[in-house]
Amino acid sequence: MTRRETSAELFERFRSNLTIRTLLKAIQREIKPLNRSLRIMEVCGTHTMTLHRSGLKPLLRETGVEMVSGPGCPVCITPDFYHEAIIDLVTSRRNIVVATFGDMTRVPTRKGSLQTTVPAAGSEIKIVYSPEEAQELARNRPDSEVIFFGAGFETTIPAIAFTVRQAASEGLKNFSLLGALWLIPPAIEAILQSGEVTIDGFIYPGHVSAIIGQQAYEFVAEKYGLPGAIAGFEPADILLGLLSVVRQIRQGQPTVANEYRRVVTFNGNQKARQLMAEMFEPFEATWRGLGPIKNSGLRLKKEWQSFEAREKFRLRFEAGRPHPAGCRCGEVLKGLIDPVECPLFARSCHPDHPLGPCMVSYEGACLIEYKYSSGAKRK
Amino acid sequence: MCLAVPGKIISIEPNGTGKVDYMGTTVVANLSLLPEAKVGDWVIVHAGFAISRLDRQEARRTLRLFKQLEKLNSSD
Repeated sequence: MTRRETSAELFERFRSNLTIRTLLKAIQREIKPLNRSLRIMEVCGTHTMTLHRSGLKPLLRETGVEMVSGPGCPVCITPDFYHEAIIDLVTSRRNIVVATFGDMTRVPTRKGSLQTTVPAAGSEIKIVYSPEEAQELARNRPDSEVIFFGAGFETTIPAIAFTVRQAASEGLKNFSLLGALWLIPPAIEAILQSGEVTIDGFIYPGHVSAIIGQQAYEFVAEKYGLPGAIAGFEPADILLGLLSVVRQIRQGQPTVANEYRRVVTFNGNQKARQLMAEMFEPFEATWRGLGPIKNSGLRLKKEWQSFEAREKFRLRFEAGRPHPAGCRCGEVLKGLIDPVECPLFARSCHPDHPLGPCMVSYEGACLIEYKYSSGAKRK
Repeated sequence: MCLAVPGKIISIEPNGTGKVDYMGTTVVANLSLLPEAKVGDWVIVHAGFAISRLDRQEARRTLRLFKQLEKLNSSD
């Protein structure tokens, strides 16, 4: 090789027309003997986006594969009561800084959104890109209490774990965490146990799997007899995952295939997993749409309680009250309905004026559908 | 939101962070979750942290698989 290869050159083939056509044809060849179409759930919101943006969704439908979106959008599955509790705090107490990811500020609740909220004197809401940025705010503003309000899956949780441990070792007393931290495998199991949605197999998330590894999904094949494949985020990555899933169905041999081996290993990132286990413990968390799921959320362990915003500020979580607008985000998250089946979709609910979190987040199925689907489908 | 594109580590600082290049745009990432990372590695960065190293051998293996499928298709 005479010069250094760039990532753009290496990955061009993962998006090329030729590769896509080749893989679609291979899937078609595998699906033909089955004499039926398949419903495959893509768990991750970034996969939903790739499928729409690249135009794969209708092509797959023609091939006999119906893709169903899953719960893989942390902003979407975080119930309103997390937002309402933090809104109550920042509007009533002085010198509170709520630091959160951008799309979290736009989630509408009965108490408005963090974006429309007017904080108490000396308090404010800041958008950050990483938990470490929130920590930096705490270092620079010793007279304020900085709360990092973070939603995330296994991909994001190690970064949050590292940040809290760092704050502890620095003795940073004005920093705390309101975590909405969710685990993917228990959510998959809850969907399977509910039996509400018929699925023939899964495309597992790419970067969640970079942390938890291929091993985390073995129960799906062993206990539920369903096939699945871990896939990357390029269009060809998803098709490669689907080819594996369809092949597993045709051969009657469900397993967990890893079709994102350039990034994901069998055991994942051990260092990150250790750090998560050191800082957090699982508990029965309540997901929007899916309800309470055993061991599906993480919270700080007892020894780190001084960094737990819920304890520190005695935040009150009022669960169980339905969203007034009639938003059907919960059913979208379970794969029960398509966004277009919600009566609010593209009528009163649109990206400039979202009525639910699925229209807020860049990983939300409603926003993605709105952005990339043809105008004809919009009502 | 997951960023699919890997970046390349161009320098590592003593404080455990590194500069990661995305085709001309440089970001600072915390490398603490990838203690084995070194300059020249391609990494996946999420929420300010590098979470995985990209295995270029595996990427090329996948590309070879695409080639094989192409041949299989044309022999249909």
